[in-house]
Amino acid sequence: MANFTQIPLLRWLMRNPIWGFVLIVFIFFSLAADNFFSERNLMNIVVQTSTIGLIALGMTLVMINGNIDLSVGATLALAAAFAVDVQSWAAFATWGNWQILPAVCIALLVGILMGAINGFIVWKTGVDAFIVTLGAMLGIRGLVFVYTGEQSFYAMNFAYSDFSFMTIGPFPVLAVIFAVAVIAVHLLLSRTVHGRNTYAVGGNREAAVNAGIRVGPHMMINFMLIGFLAALSGVLLSTQMGAATPNLGRDYELWVITAVVLGGTKLTGGKGDIIGTLGGVLAIGILRNGMNLMQVPAFYVLVILGSILIAVLFLDKRFNRSADGGLRL
Amino acid sequence: MLLTRLKAGGPAIAKQGILVAFIVFMIAFSLMSDRFLSADNIMSVFRQSAIIGVMAIGVTIVVIGGNLDLSVGSMLSFATVLVVDLHDKIGPELAIPVMIMATLCLGAINGFLIGILRLNSLIVTLGMLSAIQGLVLIYSGGQNVDIADQSGTWFAVFGRGAVFGIATPIIIFLGLALIFHVIMTTMPFGRRVHAVGGNPTASVFSGIPRSRIVFMTYLISALCVAIAAIILGSRVMGSQNNVGQGYELQVLAAVILGGTSLLGGSGSILRTVLGVLMLAFIQNGLILMGQPYYTQWLVTWAVIIVAVWLDVAAKRGRLFSPIA
Repeated sequence: MANFTQIPLLRWLMRNPIWGFVLIVFIFFSLAADNFFSERNLMNIVVQTSTIGLIALGMTLVMINGNIDLSVGATLALAAAFAVDVQSWAAFATWGNWQILPAVCIALLVGILMGAINGFIVWKTGVDAFIVTLGAMLGIRGLVFVYTGEQSFYAMNFAYSDFSFMTIGPFPVLAVIFAVAVIAVHLLLSRTVHGRNTYAVGGNREAAVNAGIRVGPHMMINFMLIGFLAALSGVLLSTQMGAATPNLGRDYELWVITAVVLGGTKLTGGKGDIIGTLGGVLAIGILRNGMNLMQVPAFYVLVILGSILIAVLFLDKRFNRSADGGLRL
Repeated sequence: MLLTRLKAGGPAIAKQGILVAFIVFMIAFSLMSDRFLSADNIMSVFRQSAIIGVMAIGVTIVVIGGNLDLSVGSMLSFATVLVVDLHDKIGPELAIPVMIMATLCLGAINGFLIGILRLNSLIVTLGMLSAIQGLVLIYSGGQNVDIADQSGTWFAVFGRGAVFGIATPIIIFLGLALIFHVIMTTMPFGRRVHAVGGNPTASVFSGIPRSRIVFMTYLISALCVAIAAIILGSRVMGSQNNVGQGYELQVLAAVILGGTSLLGGSGSILRTVLGVLMLAFIQNGLILMGQPYYTQWLVTWAVIIVAVWLDVAAKRGRLFSPIA
């Protein structure tokens, strides 16, 4: 046993068990599924996971803070609706392909605004984030339906739907955007004062207040970040479909939380990182993609993912006795 | 102004805040629509809220015990698909007990993982939510199910029948609420659930079998889901395989609106009933006023946050959070 822990890679895997799992399923599907191990399919996995992955980055911040955000699916739908609809506003009719720019900007701003509303309510009222965002999840979905009138919007400008097929060098543009976001949020969390404060607030809120961290605004910024990332995810999803439907993003909050928890972030706050979250997101993505290629019905993926989530929680409890894992409310 | 009032007579009012809000909404809606307060309309609101209501009773007990149950929505899909599918295969008199047993098994899995193994309830029930949804789809093969002979079966009585002019779902809902209210307020079991939710460590030191109590709360939750599934299956005489999707959060919203603390240890079944009815009356009132159905979600958003905010504010004696 002592010998094993000498090897850096194994030591690293023991601290990030989800990457061990990613490795195992990766090798398994490479051997078992015919088309799995090809450059094209691997890029596909990254593109497919980017939707949930982007939101999971923000959720990691919010959950390290000791909060949670259940409204991301609705925010995603609202941003997608704005992104597709604003393009066709009369004001931008003569802008040609540039009409996409204000549309995307407005969509992202809407996402930030929704996050700001959540964060502000959590800050000022002291009501737990779980309840605030549970309400927002219903309310923002209501806004989506009010805005769209229960209709789907279709992008009339084909440049918009072509965007998702663009590549930068050998990489699809969506994969590049996801990679940039991963690196940016990772640096934010590990190299900046804001990142350090994120851990401090989640680890011990009282102590963070005493240390002079303005906890309220800090949490609000993280809610705005997750709002932005959810909106970005919504915009990218709508470019893939060339459309925005009012029911877009339903249940995404559950997938995202699953991914983040798989990655080792604690609901109690104060613990977690982007590397783990990336592992959680990829684990889900590879499982879904690989089982799809093996023509396993999608139903089984649900059962397997649910079981893995509970198994990870169980193993975590067995091997990290300190991990209490109670929801802080 | 509001602050001082909150400090003085606040707690008493805030305690009944949901009742006050309920009355305000009822008066407002009855002024705006003359059909709102008719007996027919009130009956139909009660009948529609029965399914969410029955589920909310179970979830309230789980939450008082200091845990969450997000799996009730998937479990409702599971139970409804099962009872409807088995109805034609083995007849209703066998289908109902088989379905109840199967649903209780799911509840027992929840209870085992959370009560005995002490795993985090939010994540466990989140995992169960997706696992059970998968099970439903595997069982039904992605097909919707329905009952062939819809007029000839006595199974219809649970969802479509009436006793003394009162629809059965209402009787089941209110009867169940009353029974569990009595259990939770007067019986040792109820006191123990409160104790376990309020202070788990202290409850263990007082000799309360914490694991068993938590286990029991999840069994009760599953039982309530099974009863809700009987009402739903009997009313629709069929089932989509994702019929319960999203119910978990509506149920939780009603429970929170009823003033049950997510921290555990406090809450009341009757106030949950009030929360359920309030959400149902808001929905009904807005539709009678000619608003599209989704406006209720916006109103619910505001109502939930304001209700919990006032509750929290009354407890700390300050309207705004002291956090900088």
